[in-house]
Amino acid sequence: MDTVIHTNKLTKRFGNFIAANEITFDVYRGEIFGFLGANGAGKTTAMRMLCGLSKPSSGTATIAGFDIYKQTEEIKKNIGYMSQKFSLYEDLTVLENIRFFGGIYGLSDKQLKEKSAQLLGTLGMVSEAKKMVSSLPLGWKQKLSFSVAILHEPKIVFLDEPTGGVDPVTRRQFWDLIYEAADSGITVFVTTHYMDEAEYCNRISMMVDGEIKALDTPAKLKQEYAVTSMDEVFYELARGAKRRE
Amino acid sequence: MMDNISTFIKKEFLHVFRDRKTLLMLFGLPIVQIILFGFALTNEITNAKIVVCDYAKDDASQQIIGKLQASQQFDIQRILLSHKQIETAFKDGEIKMAVVFPANFNSDLLHQHKAQVQLITDASDPNTATAISGYANQIVMDYQNELMPLQRVPYQIDTEVRMIYNPELKAAVNFVPGVMSLILLLVCVLMTSVAIVKEKETGTMEVLLVSPFSPFLIIVSKAVPYLALSLINLTIILLLSVFVLGMPINGSILLLYAVSTLFIITALSLGLLISNRTASQQSAMLISLMGMLVPSILFTGFMFPLENMPYPLQLVSHIIPAKWYYIIVKSVMVKGLGFSAIWKETLVLLTMTILLLVVNIKTFKIRLT
Repeated sequence: MDTVIHTNKLTKRFGNFIAANEITFDVYRGEIFGFLGANGAGKTTAMRMLCGLSKPSSGTATIAGFDIYKQTEEIKKNIGYMSQKFSLYEDLTVLENIRFFGGIYGLSDKQLKEKSAQLLGTLGMVSEAKKMVSSLPLGWKQKLSFSVAILHEPKIVFLDEPTGGVDPVTRRQFWDLIYEAADSGITVFVTTHYMDEAEYCNRISMMVDGEIKALDTPAKLKQEYAVTSMDEVFYELARGAKRRE
Repeated sequence: MMDNISTFIKKEFLHVFRDRKTLLMLFGLPIVQIILFGFALTNEITNAKIVVCDYAKDDASQQIIGKLQASQQFDIQRILLSHKQIETAFKDGEIKMAVVFPANFNSDLLHQHKAQVQLITDASDPNTATAISGYANQIVMDYQNELMPLQRVPYQIDTEVRMIYNPELKAAVNFVPGVMSLILLLVCVLMTSVAIVKEKETGTMEVLLVSPFSPFLIIVSKAVPYLALSLINLTIILLLSVFVLGMPINGSILLLYAVSTLFIITALSLGLLISNRTASQQSAMLISLMGMLVPSILFTGFMFPLENMPYPLQLVSHIIPAKWYYIIVKSVMVKGLGFSAIWKETLVLLTMTILLLVVNIKTFKIRLT
């Protein structure tokens, strides 16, 4: 199997505080990798390091085969990112947002035209193309935001709690998009709070107090902890946590 | 890469144009300010109440008094018998100025070709005081000039106040450069810092930083629309001042635009600095307004003369970029001076800009790690 993310003892310190402590894991091509943990466990810090938003204090990592210290520019071209906060421009239209984000990833006008038409078709948003993003319901915005994040066909897409605040039906639809992306070969790295979403992942890792305490398929984890749901696995692992937000 | 930048700049312009209220404010504000200052809040004086104390009671003094009375600017309340009454008149608050003719005014003038007039003004309102004494001085000068052709040896009447560059004492020469510095500051500092902080707040900044688009270019693209808006605003202000207020640009327009561009860049770097240090739009706005605009209004010198401030406050004014820009604009626009007269002030602005940019680049890098 192709390894697209490889980390070895990746650590981030803020003064005396160790936000992420010697994180070591691999993520494979086309996989949906769930990155779980309570608030303050260090998920966001770890993810920010992988995206190049934050420099690690020590340890090594490669993203899509590129070194996290030396080849940040190459990494940036090969990843997509959807932030925790909803990350499109509210005062631009749907089409303008698509064009803008495609544009800064260097897509040509011709590519942009094809891609945006295709994307609007898949999302069923053709008639909304000229509407301001602010006028769309939250679920649509999130689907659009995700589609924009993979517009440039990255090898990996990082999703930071992408479904916060939407209803279960919309969440389910959002996950359909994630499966489609994974089927097309894009690796999905996703952090989430929702344990039902954890079940949708191929493999998940659990962070507690800055360290990865468990990493396996949801089925095996449930087996290991002799429980029936991911909720219980999470509870077993997280109740020992010292950090609280 | 150029394609990417133009995509980015286009998007920034869209943000600006979509925000109709802000846009209206941006272009409405200078127009309203110019009109207000020009026609309503003017410093020009008409029918100022004055008293005259005439110890001479001769031809010359009577003629000057007649001219004062005839002018639109003055309204002579009383002719006093003794200068002791002057103080009471001021204390009663009924007059703005007292004119004192010494005894033998005419004979001094005729025999020594030199005579003196004393102008006493109420300096608790320094702007009005200078303006009024200027008008009075003008009238005395007129009289002196009228005497000229009659005599070979010129007569000289000394008054204490001397006004140059602005013989008509138009208020416009003070506030047009002032409005220019304020508007440019407002647009560049406030708008830029808010625009950048907004992206931080909504989370789009993170998305931009993850993209291959360089952080330096993000900042440049953000600054371009505001640079353009500022230059348009500058042009509107200049057009209004020339065609509506009748205040000509005496110096080189090219030089004026060049130093203005420098000042705009100074202000943009200030806005950038604020946006680097703040996380919310409200705090960016507050710091821009309280930290930049208020000190600029206070210490630029167009509302409150710096010369009348205590020395420590005069020192404070040195670190206000708008003060230097104000001096430059007055020199170029009103006095018609060239670069050789303003190079020092320009150097100060340039140094400030470079310093700010260096600090910005440093802090921006820190923020990324």
